[in-house]
Amino acid sequence: MLILEKNMLTEEIEKLAEQYGNSRASLMPILQAIQIKYNHISDHAQQEIARVLDIHPVEVYGVISFYAFLHAEPRGRNIVRLCKTICCEHAGKDLVEKAIEREIGVKFGETTKDEKFTLEFTSCLGMCDQGPAMMINNEIYTKLDPEKACEILSTIK
Amino acid sequence: MLTVENRPKRDGIILFSDYKAGSGIRRSVEMGRENVLFELRESKLKGRGGAGFSTATKWMLTAAASGEIKYIVCNADEGEPGTFKDKVLLTEYPDLVFDGMVVAGFTIGAKKGLVYLRGEYVYMLKSLERYLDRMRTYNLLGKNILGKEGFDFDIEIRLGAGAYVCGEETALIESLEGHRGEPRNRPPYPVNTGYMGCPTVVNNVETLASVPNILIKGGAWFAKHGTDKSTGSKLFSISGDCKKPGVYELPWGITIDEVLKIVEAENTKAVQVGGASGSCIPKKCFDRKLAYEDAATGGSIMIFNESRNMLNVLKNFMEFFVEESCGQCTPCRVGNVKLLEGIEMIENNEYTFRYINQLKDLCKTMQLASKCGLGQSSPNSFLSILENFKEEIFFKNGNGVYHG
Amino acid sequence: MDKKDKLRAPVSQQPLKVEKPADTNTIGGTISVQLNEKKVVVPFGTTILDACKENQIYIPTLCHHSDLCIAGNCRVCLVEVEGMRTLQTACSFPITSNIKIRTSTENVRKARRHVIDLLLSEHYGDCYACVRNNNCELQSLAKEYGVDSFTFGHIKEPKYEIDNSSPSVIRDMNKCVNCRRCVRTCIDLQEVGVLEAVGRGNETKITTFMDKPLADVICINCGQCINRCPTGALHANDPSDDIWRAIDDPTKHVVIQTAPSPRAAIAEEFGFPAGTSMTQELNTALRRIGFDKVFDTNFSADLTIMEEGTELLHRLKSKIVEKDDSVKLPQFTSCSPGWVKYIEHFYPDYLDHLSTAKSPQQMFGAVLKTFYAQEYWIDPKDIVTVAVMPCSAKKFECNRPEMNSSGFKDVDYGLTTRELAKMIREAGIHLPEMPKSGFDDPFGEASGAGLIFGATGGVMEAALRTAYELITGREVPFKDLKIEPCRGFEGVKKASVLLEGCKPDYSFLEGVELKFMVAHGTANAMTVMEMLKRGEIDDVHFIEIMGCPGGCIGGGGQPIPTSQEIRTKRAEAIYKEEEGLPIRKSHDNPHITYIYEKFFKEGPCSELSHKLLHTHYTKRGKYIV
Repeated sequence: MLILEKNMLTEEIEKLAEQYGNSRASLMPILQAIQIKYNHISDHAQQEIARVLDIHPVEVYGVISFYAFLHAEPRGRNIVRLCKTICCEHAGKDLVEKAIEREIGVKFGETTKDEKFTLEFTSCLGMCDQGPAMMINNEIYTKLDPEKACEILSTIK
Repeated sequence: MLTVENRPKRDGIILFSDYKAGSGIRRSVEMGRENVLFELRESKLKGRGGAGFSTATKWMLTAAASGEIKYIVCNADEGEPGTFKDKVLLTEYPDLVFDGMVVAGFTIGAKKGLVYLRGEYVYMLKSLERYLDRMRTYNLLGKNILGKEGFDFDIEIRLGAGAYVCGEETALIESLEGHRGEPRNRPPYPVNTGYMGCPTVVNNVETLASVPNILIKGGAWFAKHGTDKSTGSKLFSISGDCKKPGVYELPWGITIDEVLKIVEAENTKAVQVGGASGSCIPKKCFDRKLAYEDAATGGSIMIFNESRNMLNVLKNFMEFFVEESCGQCTPCRVGNVKLLEGIEMIENNEYTFRYINQLKDLCKTMQLASKCGLGQSSPNSFLSILENFKEEIFFKNGNGVYHG
Repeated sequence: MDKKDKLRAPVSQQPLKVEKPADTNTIGGTISVQLNEKKVVVPFGTTILDACKENQIYIPTLCHHSDLCIAGNCRVCLVEVEGMRTLQTACSFPITSNIKIRTSTENVRKARRHVIDLLLSEHYGDCYACVRNNNCELQSLAKEYGVDSFTFGHIKEPKYEIDNSSPSVIRDMNKCVNCRRCVRTCIDLQEVGVLEAVGRGNETKITTFMDKPLADVICINCGQCINRCPTGALHANDPSDDIWRAIDDPTKHVVIQTAPSPRAAIAEEFGFPAGTSMTQELNTALRRIGFDKVFDTNFSADLTIMEEGTELLHRLKSKIVEKDDSVKLPQFTSCSPGWVKYIEHFYPDYLDHLSTAKSPQQMFGAVLKTFYAQEYWIDPKDIVTVAVMPCSAKKFECNRPEMNSSGFKDVDYGLTTRELAKMIREAGIHLPEMPKSGFDDPFGEASGAGLIFGATGGVMEAALRTAYELITGREVPFKDLKIEPCRGFEGVKKASVLLEGCKPDYSFLEGVELKFMVAHGTANAMTVMEMLKRGEIDDVHFIEIMGCPGGCIGGGGQPIPTSQEIRTKRAEAIYKEEEGLPIRKSHDNPHITYIYEKFFKEGPCSELSHKLLHTHYTKRGKYIV
């Protein structure tokens, strides 16, 4: 990372700490903000967050590793999370999964080379009456079929 | 006039009935906190998250706990597979939920409420924030609410980040404090030592949403509905093999059969009541009642028809628990893995009944020895599915063909 | 809010806020409970575990450690509380009502056995190939609960690579049982924050920031995690094979120095209670093992006092007489390598406060490869110096690149108390049966001042005995030379002595109240450093800091287990031994006088002593690359 980028990140984290407060309770909101903007929380970002909140970097890492929606390793710009819970499975998740894998060209758990997509499974999205469901970034898509899922993916930039 | 945008027409006896936003708060200010607690006690309202602890007791304990600062936390980390009622309440009835929080704040003397919204529901964040802003304009939040001197209360929404275990109240508090969402030892309970070490009420979305109507129509009216031990109504999230899945408000005590009729389910083989951590009920027991004293549930009803392979269902649940266990206590961290391995053994025909019985024994230990509700309830489906679908699982495979 | 209240490891349990009455005799101060068949009265808020201990009921524990906050995550200490749906952990359950407790019901026994079975199913490795064989809490539990087979299987392949990057601490996470004592030690007890639970569910493991090797993160090598690990997941980097090789090599002259703390604790490794000192038996044992010379680190501790004390006087003079603001006060001791690395990482801007004097171990190494080699006509390249230390950080210290002022590696190997006990056993020696013998010349005698270095406050006490006498010409005004304000286990101690009737050379100190502080454990060190940062202790002159709780006697290389009780006993043993010694002040040690006459002719803090006995530090900082 260039020094300039590092400084920008530091500034951003300091601004977030100002906004949410520099106590440990603001850790989650700050992590979420960084995750959304950079698709992951780099080790530099983690240490800067630890510094402004006055905790140990390893604690930040421990928290990130606990939550499924926070990542310490780089992810694609768009994270596709397909619900794998039983109702979605019974509603045809497997077909949607295979179709998405074919369409995007990587398996679930992987990121595309151009870093456009990361495919992941997720636990229940709370759309059991409208399955199969998937979440792309912050949006939820329901009542998928293989064709519809791929159509949705084709509209993502 | 404070209204909720795009509220669709739903029918129900309590939650899905007509409600004028803010009226519950107004009523609580008129009657005073002692009477609020009295009506709650009368209503016999129990926590809707699944554990069923008396809400009046919880509020009273928190009100009585020593400490200047107290908190109200709304548990909107609805992660139990097959549960989506809070989603409906938050998107269509935010007035009930937030009014309930303000009433709780008024009653126990809290100045701040926190909503822990699961990360998956981030899409509704903007509209909720907008609604809170409008409440502030109408002085239903902020300083001196409804002109009552010293009645200050505000609500902040915090997002989860994809961890089922954060639905457990102490894990939720840990998460709010910026820690790994690992449940705490109890005691101390949150009513004594909660968020930031202060007395804290953690209530499910639906519990809080029930409060305004209890105040307006009276605790006795509420208690008239449902059964003796399970008063009022319940939102059921119904999914799976039926024609009309969705969220229904039904009185407690309704039988499974009746529910299946309402949602037009056919050829039903099994009903999973209470989500992955609940138990699986076979056809012959469909006359059981949905109530705290019989088939208890946080609202999840999953319907499986004759074509479904119950071992697959069980495996899906156990995979869920292996992944979502927080990993701190031994019975849950390792126990769930052993149960999953056991299921794989059955799948591959590599099991012995001796070992399966040892696993069932282990299930009992997990129920008794795990630190929190996750590990205590994760063996439920293992026990109930292996017991109730013994023939299907052990004596023939899912397609009805006998082994060997 | 104080920083200490805010920081805590993830499983650290906030205690129940019970307002405990000051006097248990007042109404509500005690509470009666039914404990199995017995009705007992316990103080309000006591945990079930403590109540059971008081009443001779043994409850097994694993994640519980008396030095650490409660976690309640191993679930071994389960008991039944009547009326509660689930079993409760005795370690975390506070008694606040008249409950009925049963500690050995069928459910309890079965649950405990299941928990042990589950832990064993994940615990990779064989007991006989483990450094903790016979001293492993998991092994003992398995024995107690009659585990005769692996009910739920046993892991066949290791899951994790062993991290042996650090010269001090080796991590073998395949043996980890996730009790998180190390996490609570690292974050709560020591405030270093290197180890943490990472991941979720069955993937949870204890690791470092971004899974980096221990050598690349800000570990201070204190080894406190090793002392509290119930299994062999954390252990020290053992150099004994290399030492055996050196002993077996006839061309090598292998000398060993023993620090006071190992001598006060090594008997524990041979089944004796804590607080049994075996210095002279150890000397014989070491000679039988094959060490060519056996020296006493206390000699170089005396040397340290001369150098560090002189440095302090120089600093005082520059500050008071010359008004030189570049000279920093208070001066910190630099004997503890854990503390030195801590300040290098966490407070790099304050390194000027640290005494430049090397630790006794390193001073001895430098002296052995120069003065000793010269006196005894031995080529220093053939000398192998081994140091028996209570400490894992000493292993890192002797490998510091700057520690070669003699032209060679000053100290070749740092050996912990535990590893030495293993070598003694390996040589077929039963330590307690050894005849007594003394140390070898030319450093045969040492003062008691060097001996008490082992306990927290000891360096300060030794330094005061010498400094006060140098300044005033009189003994320190404390009965029997016991400077009580330095003793005891309070986290941060502060006291002062008034300097009166100073000798002409030190007239500038006349009437000065010499203020000193003592802290042990890096969490307390942090408290002191934060006070310094806020300018609250600018008037203090000298501060002793030891990296480990209790000082060296509680070091990361000492016998396992450790507890406050054990550390107190070890300290008592040291103080008791010291009282009986003929020489109790460093400057009275004839060998010290001799070495300053013969070798460091220009006295303490001269050019030669600076070259050999002093060092410099690195601004490491906290950033992990």
